[in-house]
Amino acid sequence: MAAVIQLVSGANIAPPAPTVPDRPLPAVTLSAPDTPPPAPRGPAWLRANGPDPRAQAFARQAIAALVGLLVLVALWSLLAANTRLPGPAATWVSAVELFSDPFYRNSPNDQGIGWNVLASLRRVGLGFGAAALVGIPLGFVIGRFRFLGDAAGPVISLLRPVSPLAWLPIGLLLFKSAEPSAIFAIFICSIWPMIINTASGVQQVPREYLDVARVLRLSEWTVFLRILLPSSLPQVLTGVRLSVGIAWLVIVAAEMLTGGVGIGFWVWDEWNNLNVEHILIAIFVIGAVGLLLEQALLLLARRLP
Amino acid sequence: MNESKFLTVEKVDVTFPTPKGPLTVLESASFEVARGEVVALIGHSGCGKSTLLNVIAGLHTASRGGVILEGREVTAPGPDRAMVFQTHALLPWLSAYDNVRLAVDRVFGKTKTKAERHDWTVQHLELVHMAHAADRKPAEISGGMRQRVGIARALAMQPKVLLMDEPFGALDALTRAQLQDALLELHASLGMTVILVTHDVDEAVLLSDKVVMLTNGPNAHVGEVMSVPLARPRERLALAEDAAFTHCRAELLRFLHAAHPAKAA
Repeated sequence: MAAVIQLVSGANIAPPAPTVPDRPLPAVTLSAPDTPPPAPRGPAWLRANGPDPRAQAFARQAIAALVGLLVLVALWSLLAANTRLPGPAATWVSAVELFSDPFYRNSPNDQGIGWNVLASLRRVGLGFGAAALVGIPLGFVIGRFRFLGDAAGPVISLLRPVSPLAWLPIGLLLFKSAEPSAIFAIFICSIWPMIINTASGVQQVPREYLDVARVLRLSEWTVFLRILLPSSLPQVLTGVRLSVGIAWLVIVAAEMLTGGVGIGFWVWDEWNNLNVEHILIAIFVIGAVGLLLEQALLLLARRLP
Repeated sequence: MNESKFLTVEKVDVTFPTPKGPLTVLESASFEVARGEVVALIGHSGCGKSTLLNVIAGLHTASRGGVILEGREVTAPGPDRAMVFQTHALLPWLSAYDNVRLAVDRVFGKTKTKAERHDWTVQHLELVHMAHAADRKPAEISGGMRQRVGIARALAMQPKVLLMDEPFGALDALTRAQLQDALLELHASLGMTVILVTHDVDEAVLLSDKVVMLTNGPNAHVGEVMSVPLARPRERLALAEDAAFTHCRAELLRFLHAAHPAKAA
C-alpha cells in the first residue's frame, strides 16, 4: 500500500494552503510614504506610473496560449497537406454545419452531436457516481485501519493498471448488454484514484489532531466527521478530479466497442462513413468537455473551505 | 487520601523496538505530584521527557510500571489529563471558539446545557485573553495566540492535571515571557495541578514548585528532584534579582551540565 501511495502522492497532492506568518506585521514602517499614490487612469497595462503586473502576467499567458494553439493549427495544416488528413479549413466548415443543429434526432443511431455528448456524460455520471459512492468511503476505511490498508494494497496495485478495454468483456459477461457494461468499465477504471487519494489523505492527517481526539475520547464517527473528513478533503477532491478525467477517457473507448448513442460510438461510426472531419471535430469536443469537467471541479474545490 | 500523592509516576520503563534491537528510553522513572502543584520536567533533548509525559497522558503505554492518579491507574488518554501540545494542535478548519467548544461539548455534553457550554467556552477564551479573536481560524492568528487557545481548550476540559509538552518552545522569547506570565496568572486563580515539560531552565524555576530532572537518555531516569521554595504569587521582574531564584537556577544548570553515568543495574 505504501508503494501505491508513494506512486500517487508525488504528483497528486494539492499544495498546502499558505498560512499567515506567526507575528502580525508592524503597523508603521520607517519608509512609509506620507501621501497615497495618485489614482491610476487608462487601461490597466498602460498606466502612467508603470504597467500593472497582474494584467501583464495575464496578457503574457494569453499570448502564450494563443501561440500554442497556432502552432497546433500550423502542424495540423502541415500534416494535412502531406497526408489524407483533412485540414483546419475543411474541418471548420464541417463543424459549422454540425453545430448549426446539434440536437436533431433522425433515428436512434443518427442524432445530433449535442445528444451524443449528453448520452456520454450521462454514462460518465452514473459510472463515476457509483465509483465515488464506493471508492471514497472505502478509501477512508483503508486509510484509517492499517490491516485493511495492507490487505487492500496488493489488490489495488494489481487491478489499477488494467485497461478499460480489458474490463469490457467482463462487463458484457456480467451485464449482458452494452449500456451497463460501459458504465461498469467506467466504474472499475475511475474508482482507483478516489480510493488511493482518500486513503492517502487520511494517512496524512497530522498525528496531533488524532492525539487531541484520543485525549477527548471522541467516538470513531466523530473522529471521521470532524477530523478525518475536513483534513483529507483536498486530497479527496484531487482524487475526484483524477477520476473524472479517467472516466471521460474510458467512456470514449468503451462506447467505441459497445455502440449506441454517445460520442465514442459516434467517432467509430464516422470512421465507418470515412467522415474524417467529423472525427477531428469529435476530438476537439471530447477534449473541450474533459477540460470543462476538470475546470468545474477545480472551481468547486476552491469554493469549499 | 494523601494529598501529596495526587499523581504518582511509579517505576516507568519505556522500551521501543527498533531495527537494531530494543531501545530503552526511560528506565524506572518515578516521582510524585501533589494536588495543585506545578511540576517541571526538565532534561536534555532526547532524554525522554515528552515520552514520559505521553505515558502520563495515556497516549503511550509504559513497558513496565505505571501512573496512578487519585488512587487509580492511568490506562488510556482522557480529558482528566488534558494536554497542551508544543504545536498547538488546533484544528485548522475550526475557529478558536469552535476548537474550544469541541472539547467542551465532548466533556460536558451530558452535564451542561447548550447555553452553559457556550458561556463556559467564552469564559475560558476570556481567561487567556482570546475572546476578541474567538471567530478567527488558527491560520489567522499568531503563534502565541494559537497556544493561548490551546491552553484554553485544555483548561476548558476541567482536567485533574494539566499536561504541557514544551508549550512555549515554538515561540519567540517575548511571546514566551507573556505566556509564562499568563500561566502564572491562571495558576494563581485556578490552582490547577500542572506537569510542564521544558528545556528552559528559567521557565522551570519561574513557574514550578518542584523540578524533576531527568538524566540523559537512553535509559533515562529521575536524577534529582529539586523543590523551588519561592513564594507565590510570583513576579518575574522581582525574581530576577532574588537570591533563591538564582540559586535554584544555578542548581539546575549544574545538573544539566554535569555528566550522568548510567544507573547501576
